[in-house]
Amino acid sequence: MLHLTPEETAWLAGDAGPAVKRAMEIVVALGRIYGAGRLVPVESVQISGVSYRNIGDAGLDFLRRWADEGARVRVPTTLNPTAMDMADWLAQGFTAEFAAKQVDVVDAFVRMGVGEGAPVPTCTPYLIGNRPPPGAHIAWAESSAVAFANSVLGARTNREGGPGAIAAAITGRTGAYGLHLDAARLPTHRVEVAVSLNELSDYSALGAIVGQHASQGVPYFEGLPLTSVDVAERDSLWEEKLKALGAAMAATGAVALFHVEGVTPEASAPPDGVDALVVRDLAPGYAELSDPVTEIDLVWVGCPHASLHELALIAERVRGKALRVPLWVTCARPVRAVAREQGLVDVIEAAGGRIFADACMAIAPVRDLGFRAVATPSAKGATYLRNLARVAACFGTLSACVEAAVTGRWSAEDR
Amino acid sequence: MKDNSPLRYTARVIKSGIAAGEALVSPDPIGFLGGLEGTTGVVTERGHPLEGQCVAGKVLVFPTGKGSTVGSYVLYQLAAEGLAPAALINAESEPIVAVGAIISDIPMVDQVPIAEIQTGDYVRVEDDRVTVWKVRPCC
Repeated sequence: MLHLTPEETAWLAGDAGPAVKRAMEIVVALGRIYGAGRLVPVESVQISGVSYRNIGDAGLDFLRRWADEGARVRVPTTLNPTAMDMADWLAQGFTAEFAAKQVDVVDAFVRMGVGEGAPVPTCTPYLIGNRPPPGAHIAWAESSAVAFANSVLGARTNREGGPGAIAAAITGRTGAYGLHLDAARLPTHRVEVAVSLNELSDYSALGAIVGQHASQGVPYFEGLPLTSVDVAERDSLWEEKLKALGAAMAATGAVALFHVEGVTPEASAPPDGVDALVVRDLAPGYAELSDPVTEIDLVWVGCPHASLHELALIAERVRGKALRVPLWVTCARPVRAVAREQGLVDVIEAAGGRIFADACMAIAPVRDLGFRAVATPSAKGATYLRNLARVAACFGTLSACVEAAVTGRWSAEDR
Repeated sequence: MKDNSPLRYTARVIKSGIAAGEALVSPDPIGFLGGLEGTTGVVTERGHPLEGQCVAGKVLVFPTGKGSTVGSYVLYQLAAEGLAPAALINAESEPIVAVGAIISDIPMVDQVPIAEIQTGDYVRVEDDRVTVWKVRPCC
């Protein structure tokens, strides 16, 4: 039985207006469905369902109506990527008609006070300052950010849906169920990593293998070379590796939390007898997410959105090269601004690449932009390019992707 | 002898409201994104028990939802087009349809023994009360 406070009951009855009533109805319905005993206050919210390509006119109409009703967020709220770079969409090949609709979607969120009225669309809110402390209850919707928040930051969130996250932002509440409670946060799978991980994309391939195996479970990793603070200090891509691992598991499965000793604040070994997986080979992880094409017409890096360290890595790999095929990097706008100051944008653009802010190709109308086969070093990217964007995908290392951008050709052996 | 007394159930409210109509019953879950056309209200999923049928104005009875979360907006689109079901009844709700019902103002309940409801029955939903009149041929 879901217990509500007098204030929550009043909001549900409409005392705080129609927008709060609707939000409360959603929070309460989700709480009932999942068996919550009460609601908990959330410290931050991250909203998905921002791409006009995905939500369409129906989604846009609904967001506008909710904003018209007076919907306003009452906790710090960040926004998932848009389909396009909100300033540079013409260079990506979007039509003015699509761009206007995408602007309207963001405007509805601006009216709700998302991002304090100036939202920065990104799937990596933790790279632009939204880093809840361990134990904080939050309501995040982006699955890769959910995995990162639960597993690396030690915050507590379920995988929220689009309107559910907005409802949590408007009410500042979510149901106390699932990963908000201790019971669901214990490991259900043991994963022994018996293969060396060299490239950043190797963590993505590992995640693809584990995600398919663990489905909605909580994997506990052994043998990951990420487990000490010393490593964090030595390895500039420490956080990026965890980001890649979690994003892949969240996309190929529905993993929302994983444990790594020395990383996850609440890491605890699973009891004997849980399902155990030994990963000795990453090749299947790459192969299963690669279509049998030999030519590609786009390379996409930055799924999830690239960090400054990743932009430096990409710049290093493309420096002095002449790219024949478009290489698009996606990241948060403030991250690109710093990269520009450091000269990284110049290096990537000199080679023929582009860095687009706000955007995400997984939720873009990729076929309408004229692309049919896309190479990416991200298992999540490859998964959604296939399933959502409906184009052929090639999943390989960053080196293989840069090489493909130079030649226009993809060879599974080069991966 | 003939018993015309209706079946009555107390349900769990997902979206409160009052509605009535003819039942359209699916033994299988319904996925609204890709499984149903938002501009016509017709179920399009191939091989689905309701394939080709229109949900507009019906009390739509099905075990639970399935598929993409964007399916919530398909219900909203149906409502905007005037093609929404009159009410939704599930055995056990899941978030996609529940959120869809709330944002579209479609009365919805769950935890109802849906196997006892047949297509063509006349069903009334009033907040947590569900009443089912079994419709018999008139002659």
